[in-house]
Amino acid sequence: MRRYLARQLVQLVVVIVGISMLAFAILHVIGDPVLLLLPQNAGKAEYERYHKLLGLDKPIYVQYWKFASRAIQGDFGKSWYTDTPAFRLVLQRMAPTIYLTLAGLVMALLIALPLGIVAALKRHSFVDNLCTMIAVAGQAMPIFWLGIMLIIIFAVRLKALPASGYGTWQHFLMPAFTLGAFLAPLTMRLVRSGVIEIMNMEYIKTARAKGLGEWMVVVKHAFRNACIPVITVLGLQFGQLLGGAIITETVFAWPGVATLTVESIRNQDFPVVQCAVVLLALIIVSVNFLVDMIVGLIDPRIRVGA
Amino acid sequence: MKAVGAGGEVAIKGVGDFSPEPTAARASLRRLWRLKWGMAAAALMLLIVASAVLAPWLAPYDPLAVDIQHRLAPPVWMDGGTPKHLLGTDQVGRDLLARMIYGGRVSLIVGVTAVLISATIGVLTGLTAGYFGPRVDWLIMALVNVMLSFPFVLLALAVIAVLGPSLLNMIIVLAVADWPLYVRVIRAETLAMRERDFVTAGRALGMSHARIVFRQIFPNLVSVIVVIATLQVARVIILESFLSFLGLGVQPPTPAWGNMLGEGRVYMLNSWWIAAFPGLAIFVTTLAINLMGNALRDWLDPHMKL
Repeated sequence: MRRYLARQLVQLVVVIVGISMLAFAILHVIGDPVLLLLPQNAGKAEYERYHKLLGLDKPIYVQYWKFASRAIQGDFGKSWYTDTPAFRLVLQRMAPTIYLTLAGLVMALLIALPLGIVAALKRHSFVDNLCTMIAVAGQAMPIFWLGIMLIIIFAVRLKALPASGYGTWQHFLMPAFTLGAFLAPLTMRLVRSGVIEIMNMEYIKTARAKGLGEWMVVVKHAFRNACIPVITVLGLQFGQLLGGAIITETVFAWPGVATLTVESIRNQDFPVVQCAVVLLALIIVSVNFLVDMIVGLIDPRIRVGA
Repeated sequence: MKAVGAGGEVAIKGVGDFSPEPTAARASLRRLWRLKWGMAAAALMLLIVASAVLAPWLAPYDPLAVDIQHRLAPPVWMDGGTPKHLLGTDQVGRDLLARMIYGGRVSLIVGVTAVLISATIGVLTGLTAGYFGPRVDWLIMALVNVMLSFPFVLLALAVIAVLGPSLLNMIIVLAVADWPLYVRVIRAETLAMRERDFVTAGRALGMSHARIVFRQIFPNLVSVIVVIATLQVARVIILESFLSFLGLGVQPPTPAWGNMLGEGRVYMLNSWWIAAFPGLAIFVTTLAINLMGNALRDWLDPHMKL
């Protein structure tokens, strides 16, 4: 277990360094911060002055070092737009994004678990085929369109739910469903194939042979073991889930990090964009790490084999 | 991951509750039947591509032509709809049907071009990682893992923020964001293939590395590449329309499904059709592509692990 942990930690550090380089490159290599900061009619002298002021005349690795050592301390510079520290701005918006992500995850499981299990137990039945069709359609669904259609139906027509915003549990329903619909098809397929595989195992036959009821067999023996691949893949898909949350936030004007990022991109407020990118990446990487650990604990084969 | 076919079958190694081998004639019949969705999807896709290519001849109006008299006209079957505009008009009276037909061009061009570029990069990198030993492999896979743990959407947003929105930039961003997916699969296949006898034989005969990679290994990977690339077109189209939806893709007034959906969102309170139809077009297109990809996978190699 210790070697497994060490290997995962090394990987974690490599990924974090990689992402910080990416965030740095976004502004300093692809774009020219001076051109973005100065008004268009600024003269050459002014340009040179700012170039020096921002330390852009130094070699690129010195610049990166400065950026990285500050970033570790949570200093991403001040927002060019509101003149407050970018880190604080992003942190303020983090909670709604995390709540939305969790709500979406719960919703996806609420949809996927029962459907996946039923589909697996009644293979090739009408229900199974229906579930497959729903999954195929769900995977092709652009969720920003799904969100808008939900708003049109439930907020505009039926006036049953708030169209956008944040606060009460009603505000959570449509965004959570939208995000859940994004993740549910994959989860359902995993649950289904996991349960099918396990129902053929010897220990299931043993459980049946000793006279356990079918319900107990499914819940106590099959479902638990089917959870392992589901947890792994969901953990590794966490980045994609957060990506889905980004899309969902923009549709429902959810006051999270993604809405902030899109606003900042429109305002060309790069410190905020950088900070948001790095923090979100950090969350994803940590979740992946935790999932690897949990799976390694549950299933010893993984930490030996990998 | 398990191989899940379009029909929902799961290929499980070693474990089988499959029915006994059917006769050859029945097997091929069954295979054809299973491809029915793929065939229907291919026909639909042909229709979509044809309408995009033939847009100037098919579209009832110029997509930018304004009909002030019929602003925000609903579809023809609703009260107040006019037979002049079958799907209604948008906020400045442009014909929605015409804009939808033209809008497909952007999605298809971006989808296909970005996938061609990313597949080329991804396949070459994957072959390199798989063929040229552990050091190169480690370096490439570290980069690939960084990119895969990172939400595609966030990366695209961040890069577009600096490059600025345009058709070309969007293709570049999507191609750059998409290639790591191919690397994983191609690398794994190459690693397995490298140990096979025909490669050893080739080496013993004194073939160059390039010849072994491109003439012996690559041809075996073509079907995998075709399947991934097909499925990726759908993913890229969804992402392209999301970027356009946020106003970070193709700029108005050029019609693209994504930016039409984005414009329609503003008017969804009274005129749902402006947002509904472009989104439906995206959904139908990606659904058709996914069904085609699944059928292609079943047809080329039912045991393909994707």
